[in-house]
Amino acid sequence: MLHLALFLIFGVIAVVGAINLIAQTHPINSALSLVVVMGSLAAEYLLLGAEFLGAIQVIVYAGAIMVLFVFTIMLLNAGAEEQTRGSKVAIIIGIPGMVIGSVAVAWALIRAHTGAEVPVGSLYGSAQGIGHLLFRDFLLPFEITSVLILIAIMGAVVLARRES
Amino acid sequence: MPTGNLSVTTFVIASIIKIAIVLWVLLTAVAYTVWLERKVVGHIQNRWGPTRVGPFGLLQPLADGLKFIFKEDLTPPYVHKFLYILAPMLALSMSLIAICLIPFGNSVNIAGMNIPLQITDTNIALLIILGITSIAVYGVALAGWSSNSKYSLLGGLRASAQMISYEVALGLSLVGVLILCGTFSLHGIVEAQTGTWFGFIPKWNIFKGQFIAFFIYIMAAYAETNRIPFDLPEAETELVAGYHTEYSSMKFAMFFMAEYSNMVTVACLASILFLGGWTGPVFGPPILHALLPIFWFALRVLFFIFVYIWVRGTLPRFRYDQLMSFAWKFLLPLAIANVMITALVVALRS
Repeated sequence: MLHLALFLIFGVIAVVGAINLIAQTHPINSALSLVVVMGSLAAEYLLLGAEFLGAIQVIVYAGAIMVLFVFTIMLLNAGAEEQTRGSKVAIIIGIPGMVIGSVAVAWALIRAHTGAEVPVGSLYGSAQGIGHLLFRDFLLPFEITSVLILIAIMGAVVLARRES
Repeated sequence: MPTGNLSVTTFVIASIIKIAIVLWVLLTAVAYTVWLERKVVGHIQNRWGPTRVGPFGLLQPLADGLKFIFKEDLTPPYVHKFLYILAPMLALSMSLIAICLIPFGNSVNIAGMNIPLQITDTNIALLIILGITSIAVYGVALAGWSSNSKYSLLGGLRASAQMISYEVALGLSLVGVLILCGTFSLHGIVEAQTGTWFGFIPKWNIFKGQFIAFFIYIMAAYAETNRIPFDLPEAETELVAGYHTEYSSMKFAMFFMAEYSNMVTVACLASILFLGGWTGPVFGPPILHALLPIFWFALRVLFFIFVYIWVRGTLPRFRYDQLMSFAWKFLLPLAIANVMITALVVALRS
């Protein structure tokens, strides 16, 4: 009962944070809204029994990546953005697209629901479970992904160091 | 989560009592760490430190606290008001939350109930502490940005860059300990360090080959808590006071308390992870059996805080480029090498 209540509360916080992220005009406020979204997502992971993922979500996304965002905004001293009234394309294509997309996802989820309940924490949520998945079952994809990220970092360094 | 033989009501009551005690002890420790620092740094510099208020200046923290409360709370014009007020609260609350995962001793038996001497334990306690410290960066960064002052902004920028950089080395220095202990729970990590070799060498992680990791942790922790020689975010000679230049009264005191309670947390973590937590010789009547572990733990924490102050009285400040290259070109490779060697040794042994 408490689990469900907390899950709903954090879900609402995440959605409100996401809307606030778009509605705010100042980049810092938007970035901080994103931090709130990340934090409540981490709480959702925790409530679903994915404790390791929840902690990593806070450490990596809310703690490191978003700090870099805030850092960049502070460094560039970005001011408040001007709010436009929105383009026609966004209204004509965007809103129906969003509705269709969310209906499709909801339909797929309802159809896939077999009625069998999965107790909280019965899936791979612990550090040990994630470790087994990453370093035993999916070792090759994991290593390839890390090489890919390394290449991206090297590419960024090359682009940043180009002398002109 | 109610565990073992405790009912929900007793669990809640015990938790509230524990929270009150821990908070009181922590805030007192914070106040007296400031006193100790002024005293020790004074003696290092061949002066007395505080002597006027009470015997040995022991009431100085109290006087300082009263002064902070009665100072005028200024809000400079053109600040981002919401973030300006949020920042010190964030810094202080995060540093206070982190302490709730620290175990101060093994569990004690009170009136037939087995009560663990820590507010809460989870199986990802260490990760939660890392997460909380990574959120605490926002307190400093936002204070610097929202103050609308170039010194504060520079301090905030330096703080966020520095804390992200050293968090990497800090996190990697812990991996060796985690490989050896096989758990994220702080209680479990201390349990894994009980016992001795040959009857006198304690089985602490620092003696299990985590010697280098210990020093990486200490250096990264100094940087994380913005202490000399890594106190560039608040370098007085360059930035007035860095990120908290524009703060006064209790808002300033909140940053101050956050910094010192972070010091205490870091010292607690260092003793738990590397020096065996509360392990130590236990003897005598049952009351001593309950109190001695806490005493051994407090002794280690006090030692770390003393070293903190000693370093402050001894070392000059780094230059900013030195700070960054030290983190990325020295500490990080060293930490990775330590992780790989520890993992190799553990894998070969098993």
